[in-house]
Amino acid sequence: MVKMTGAQALVEALKRQNVEVIFGISGGSILPIHDVLHDSDIRHILVRHEQCAAHAADGYARASGRPGVCMATSGPGATNLVTGIANAYLDSSPVVAFTGQVNTFSANSSYMIGRDAFQEADIVGITIPVTKYNYQVKKASEIPKTVKLAFHIATTGRPGPALIDLPKNVQTENSEMEFPNTVEVRGYKPKTEPHPLQVKKAVKLLFEAERPMVLAGGGVIISNASPELLALAELLMMPVATTLMGKGCFPENHPLSLGDVGMHGTQAANKLMLEADVLLAVGTRFSDRTTGNLDEFCPNAKIIHIDIDAAEIGKNVEVDVPIVADAKETLGLIHRLLMYQLKERESSPWFNRVKELKEQLQNNMDPGNCDLKPPLLIQELRKILPENAIVTTEVGQNQMWAALHFKTSKPRTFISSGGLGTMGFGFPAALGAKVACPGSSVVDIAGDGSFIMTEQELACSVMEKIPVTVMVLNNSMLGMVAQWQRLFYNRRYSAVELGKAPDFVKLAEAYGAQGFRVGSLKEFSEAMKKALKSEVTTVIDVPISPEENVFPMVPAGKGLKDIIDRAG
Amino acid sequence: MDMAKEQNHIISAIVEHKPGVLYGVANLFRRRGFNIESISVGPTEQSDLARMTITVKGDEKTIEQVVKQLNKLIDVIKVSRLDPANIVTRELALIKVRALDSKARSDVINYADIFRARVVDVSSESLMVEITGDSDKIDAFLDLMKPFGVKEVARTGITALSRGAKSVRIEE
Repeated sequence: MVKMTGAQALVEALKRQNVEVIFGISGGSILPIHDVLHDSDIRHILVRHEQCAAHAADGYARASGRPGVCMATSGPGATNLVTGIANAYLDSSPVVAFTGQVNTFSANSSYMIGRDAFQEADIVGITIPVTKYNYQVKKASEIPKTVKLAFHIATTGRPGPALIDLPKNVQTENSEMEFPNTVEVRGYKPKTEPHPLQVKKAVKLLFEAERPMVLAGGGVIISNASPELLALAELLMMPVATTLMGKGCFPENHPLSLGDVGMHGTQAANKLMLEADVLLAVGTRFSDRTTGNLDEFCPNAKIIHIDIDAAEIGKNVEVDVPIVADAKETLGLIHRLLMYQLKERESSPWFNRVKELKEQLQNNMDPGNCDLKPPLLIQELRKILPENAIVTTEVGQNQMWAALHFKTSKPRTFISSGGLGTMGFGFPAALGAKVACPGSSVVDIAGDGSFIMTEQELACSVMEKIPVTVMVLNNSMLGMVAQWQRLFYNRRYSAVELGKAPDFVKLAEAYGAQGFRVGSLKEFSEAMKKALKSEVTTVIDVPISPEENVFPMVPAGKGLKDIIDRAG
Repeated sequence: MDMAKEQNHIISAIVEHKPGVLYGVANLFRRRGFNIESISVGPTEQSDLARMTITVKGDEKTIEQVVKQLNKLIDVIKVSRLDPANIVTRELALIKVRALDSKARSDVINYADIFRARVVDVSSESLMVEITGDSDKIDAFLDLMKPFGVKEVARTGITALSRGAKSVRIEE
């Protein structure tokens, strides 16, 4: 037992969790903690908007596999975090958020919380639906245990954000503190081991399958199950399609890789899903963007579903073999069991079909007469970037072009807002990823509409010396919405034209960052190479045609078979 | 959704007995679009635990999701679906009935006797009856009271336990 203030206990508890970095902004109700942080080894990175503190923590977590931490003051500081927390929740990212809160007691009234004090918001009530765990600390002595618990819950089972709300008087209260080494929660016991009977059923299905296929989601990355997935896929000569969240879990230059599946998946992946006789779905929640119309999803396949979250099984898709367990453990076990029964396959009619479709459907992109085509730009970026470079994306056309054309070979190198689809995520997430992996180049593939939502973090990146590159695919439009209006709303462009403001080069320079505008693929390539060597953040403005569409595409509400590869 | 397959299911959940837990559960039902028919909450034999008895209308798939989603809440410790064939359910209702003359009064009192209900308050214009039983019994009694004029009803919602030695409890 040691006597200290709540704020000191918080910082001590964070050190015990090996927290090295906090993204945040200070304010009245969290002053005592920032005062303690002033003397601490923990680096506090001052962002310029709290939403970006949460996104940066999220990017940090996804790039490193370690929890990301963000902090904000009460009221508006806390509510500004909410989008970032919701984003982390939908993409199962371990973000731990701390918020200041008004005093529980004040001198002249018995209660302050609940009386609409200055900068009071019920952040615990607000974040219940978007956190895995949240709690308002009422006594300083609860802090060590609560912090331990929040990190435990955020990082185990299906990861997700946790939030701890800290009234100011609790931060200053002196108390005897006891720092526990372990925490036990009776309502939370995530199960990682697969049920042997279900594994047996899965092994039998896969053994007998003629056309087995994998649908790999973000859970494969979270569970670090890429080696097990690769081994199993190769043993069975089984093609692998990924969801947007799963991108990176399987090397995309591998002959068995089909790329992404779903609304903007590859043609080969979407077509082969219809032909598969067994689908092994791992760490995915069968989002509507992945499955298309559920009535037409995988009509010929028996489905095996591995997920650590029991509530995901049977939620969207009825499955034949449910396995509630950790992906790594389960895939490893299935692989070992099959190895005894199977000889390594060299080829099969199914693999030949996979090869045939991949080749046939690969190169039907229309090159047009301009070389500033997003697919070409992104393929060029891939050539320039080393394998360990990290790409983040914004949301919209930029994201889908990146998913289709940026071939990843390593987990945690492709970071995107999959579930919530938060425009403005990519840039702060890139900063978080760079802080987590300072040795890797980090590039945000952005659109002009998304980047402008969080561009103020250029100030953070310059002042905190976190150099990343933002490549703005600039069509002066909210491009994805415009694409839908072009295809489904008779070209009636309503509320999508952004015009030529701002000048992104001048914007970058205003913050002390570096800005380039490019007019050809060659200039882009040169600018990107300069950016990667630069010690300050670089914004590359890449003007593209406002008429560009992302194809292929499965129109909303249609089945995967209805994939289209051009307009009209 | 196939309405024909929708019926009432009773879920018993042992939860942490602390502020905010009911909010979390109620919020989950709202967000996922599950319909609560009734909910009753009270302490258990263990002082730090509460029991929620939730009646939900839905098909099999919906109820399965309800149970799984409830299980995900950290403050929810154990969730069980109670088997309707092997369960005791009770509800309590307070019913205020118009009774202006002695004939009405004695009729209400007679009905109450038959239903083993009790008259718990009397005024010059009304009687208040307390009745306990399963929901069907209370519905039947309410139907009988309608001709007199039902002024107010307060029902607790269903609370339930499964029969026999099996129990939904947390080992200490």
